[in-house]
Amino acid sequence: MSSPSLYAVTVIGHDRPGIIAEATAGLADLGLNLEDSTMTLLRGHFAMMLLCSAAGGSGPVAAADVEQALSPLVADGDLDVSVRPVTDQPTPSAGETSWVLTVHGGDRPGIVSAVVREVAAVGGNITDLTTRLAGDLYLLVAELDLPAGVDATAVGTAIDAAAEGVGVTATLRSAEADEL
Amino acid sequence: MSGAERLASWTEAELGVEGRVLDVVRAPSPVLATVGDRVDPTAPETVQLAADLVATMRVSPGCVGLAAQQVGVAAQVFCVDVSQHPKARTHHGTFALCNAEVLEASRNDKGREGCMSVPDLTGDVKRASRLVVRGFLPGTGEEVTVATDAFEARALQHEIDHCQGLLFLDRVAGAHAVHARRTYL
Repeated sequence: MSSPSLYAVTVIGHDRPGIIAEATAGLADLGLNLEDSTMTLLRGHFAMMLLCSAAGGSGPVAAADVEQALSPLVADGDLDVSVRPVTDQPTPSAGETSWVLTVHGGDRPGIVSAVVREVAAVGGNITDLTTRLAGDLYLLVAELDLPAGVDATAVGTAIDAAAEGVGVTATLRSAEADEL
Repeated sequence: MSGAERLASWTEAELGVEGRVLDVVRAPSPVLATVGDRVDPTAPETVQLAADLVATMRVSPGCVGLAAQQVGVAAQVFCVDVSQHPKARTHHGTFALCNAEVLEASRNDKGREGCMSVPDLTGDVKRASRLVVRGFLPGTGEEVTVATDAFEARALQHEIDHCQGLLFLDRVAGAHAVHARRTYL
C-alpha cells in the first residue's frame, strides 16, 4: 500500500516560543511541502493545523515517519500532535454567495448554536469562524456561503430573530470584494 | 463661509454650557446597538449632550471621537477631534454634529480600529477615505456640509455608525479580522 501524499497535521497545547519553527523543521527534514495552514492562540493555547504534501518531494512518507519527526514537540507533555492522511478536496463553486456574519452581545450559553442553526437550516456553509469572549462581551464573526437561490434577506431576518432570542444582535453583510 | 470653514472655526465655547465628564458605556450595553433618535440641534438637552461629549472626549487619552450612545444616550449626536492624530490629513479641529449623514463616500481603505466602548478588541475595517458628510451644529442648528479624507473620514464614519447603533465589530472584514487589544491608550 502506497503512502498518502497529503497529511493534515494538528498541534495544540500550551503556547511557547519556537513551536512553529520546530514543527516545520521536522516536516522540512522529511521533504514535506507546506500548503495551507492556520494557527492562532486561544487564551494562550496554541492551535495550528497545516496541510503538508509529499508529492513532488523526496518520495513517499509514511504517517509514522511524520509522527516521529514531530515527536520532540510532545516530549514535555505540553503539546499534542496528530497526523492524519487526507485527500485533496477542492470545493467546487456552485453559485454560492459569500457573507460575513457578526454577532455580539452579553455572554450566555447557546449564542453560537442559536444563530448558526439558521445558517444550517438553508444549507449554508460556514467557511471561517472566530469567537471572542472579552469581559462580558461575546463576539462571533463568521464567513459563510449561502447556496444559490437562497433568499439572504430572509436568512438575515431569521438570524436576527434567533439572535434576539438570546439577547444579542446580528449583522449579515455581503462579503463583497473590490474589483480593481 | 463654507462648511469646512465653519467647522474649523467651531469650538465648544459656542455651546455656552459647561460640559460634564460622563462614564463611557462598554459593550455589550444595549444602547450601543440602538439606533439613535434624530435630535433638535437647538434643544437645550442636545446642547448639553454635545458639551458633555466634548468634555468626555477631552479627558480620555487617545480619544478622537465620541458618540451619544457611548455615554448611554441613543441619539444622533457625536463629536470628533483628530487634529493631533498622525494619520490625519485634512481635519477641522474639534466639532460636534447632530443628525449627520454620509452624502458621498469613495476610495476604501482598510484600517485597524479600536473603540473605548470595546476596550479589549480591535478590528480591521474597510472605510471610505474620501467622504462628504452633512449634519447640523448643536446650538445654532446650522446645516453644514463638509468634505474630508483619511483619518478624519474614518473617524466620522465610526461615529456616524455609533449613532446608527453599529460598532466597528459589525463591519470587520472577516472572521480573522478581530484581534485582542495588546495596548491600551
